[in-house]
Amino acid sequence: MLKRVLLLMVMLGCAMASQAELTIEINEGKDDPVPIAVVPFGWKAGVTLREDVAAIVERDLHRSGLFNPLSRADMLSRPANAGEVYYRDWKSLGVDYVVVGELSFGRDNKLVAKYELLDVNTQRSILQGEESQSFDRVRFLAHTLSDKIYEKLTNIRGAFRTQLLYVSAVREGDNRFRYRLLKSDIDGVGEEVLADSMEPILAPAWGPDGKKIAYVSFKTTRPAIYLHNLETGERQQLTDFRGLNGAPAFSPDGSRMAMVLSKDGSPDIYVMDLASRALQRVTNHFAIDTEPAWAPDGKSIYFTSDRGGKPQIYKVELATGRVERITFEGDYNARARVLGDGLGLVMVHRVQGKFHIAVQDFKRNRVEILTSTDLDESPSVAPNGSMLLYATTYSGQGVLAAVSVDGGVRYRLPSRFGDVREPAWSPFLYE
Amino acid sequence: MKYQSKLFLSMAFAGALLTGCASTDTDGSGQSSDINTYSEPAQSVESDVSAYEAQEPQVVLANVFYFEFDQATLTAQARRDLDAQIARLKKTKGPVRLEGHADERGTREYNMALGERRANAVADYMAINGIARYRIETVSYGEERPIAFGQTESAYSKNRRVELK
Repeated sequence: MLKRVLLLMVMLGCAMASQAELTIEINEGKDDPVPIAVVPFGWKAGVTLREDVAAIVERDLHRSGLFNPLSRADMLSRPANAGEVYYRDWKSLGVDYVVVGELSFGRDNKLVAKYELLDVNTQRSILQGEESQSFDRVRFLAHTLSDKIYEKLTNIRGAFRTQLLYVSAVREGDNRFRYRLLKSDIDGVGEEVLADSMEPILAPAWGPDGKKIAYVSFKTTRPAIYLHNLETGERQQLTDFRGLNGAPAFSPDGSRMAMVLSKDGSPDIYVMDLASRALQRVTNHFAIDTEPAWAPDGKSIYFTSDRGGKPQIYKVELATGRVERITFEGDYNARARVLGDGLGLVMVHRVQGKFHIAVQDFKRNRVEILTSTDLDESPSVAPNGSMLLYATTYSGQGVLAAVSVDGGVRYRLPSRFGDVREPAWSPFLYE
Repeated sequence: MKYQSKLFLSMAFAGALLTGCASTDTDGSGQSSDINTYSEPAQSVESDVSAYEAQEPQVVLANVFYFEFDQATLTAQARRDLDAQIARLKKTKGPVRLEGHADERGTREYNMALGERRANAVADYMAINGIARYRIETVSYGEERPIAFGQTESAYSKNRRVELK
């Protein structure tokens, strides 16, 4: 590696049992991360809080790869509000921004966080705010502050209050696995089991409203696509066709679902209208057509096909059925996901027998490889387009990892379950 | 081939193993690993097998057929193994379930399609050779149900398979 690799072990120092180590691995790129200090928040009421709000904010900002938080041990003072800040001290520490804040009891027994973002160079407060949440939502409160601060400093909408779906497979007995569909906060905390089966579960996908999800389960001993309403808990089996029933993908407006069916022979892409359940066949080729991904305008679908001999990404226009090949570099490009605004694709790309995550930039028409491990798959893009999650193998086990779209930051997510795979990053869930 | 003369016994034996396999759904026992090893010569006969079976070598029909990387064409070995199974299946009437699998390299959904292509290749071969199509069901598990572990060619080659259930 040409780039210097800095390994930072950050402990999630909170009391929740599910928490493990989060490994953040920063590859320093051309853009140096912005030095920032998130000072431990002051606390008025004299009650001990289990969660360290400032520490959560600090880790959120760190994980974005755009910020380099100052270690608490190096802080010369711990101001709780702008009036207590001595800018010269922070300037001498090389910090560009300081976050200070204070926690207190609010009405309805809520926790209130008053916070401020200070620019050390201009010695001015550039963001002030107040957020309140119930005491069981302290982490959510902290992620809210992270979003506000991130947005103020980058002009990019923060995605710290998003979630992810993924699948774990734990070996039980020699060749038996127990499959679980899981959901957690985007930092890996708060894992929740949505489905649990001795038959395979795969391909979790979010609806655009973040309230419905879809996935494939073999629980009937055959694959079928299921819809699951996260708010009501209601589940329904959407498909039961002969052959493959896979790769569900909600259309950008949530009204339709692209999927792979092989009921008419070979695997082809179909679109189902979710209200009427009417099916439209989108591709018709004797080769494998699979892994549909919607273009942001909902008018065309990217998919993988080996119609040219090897898997490559193609695009089909729904109105006309016209198919166009998109990737030409390399002999294995598969499972595309569209980057925000449709400016490019992330996909699985094979180089010298190894599978990496790569970005195909439509403007510059080039492929850039983002990951250096082998067996990397299932890229899923953050709703703000800044990062993507993917699955890889670490110490012989499936793990989830994240990488920024420019390749500058990478980290692995902890899980208390065994082999984990197929991360799906949620859309924005909150204003 | 000697298969024909031993067919009845083999059927009974393999059938018993298959049933045991399906009911417990564990593939790790010594028994089922025998039938998973496709080129294994006859095994010494277990004590619960009757004496006259033991006088002649036991032929265990392979019920797993292996494939090359990214391929769904039957190897010569797979064809031989299938011919023996087809001869057995022609004398029975029940449904035939073919489960296609892939190794872990490549994307999951593409491997799901590849597993189906393999199961279909076996199904087509069976149909051409006289097994009624309606009896055959194919299901692909893609890379979701490996039987060998680790990132080695040896493990990969064991996972690229179609299992007859």
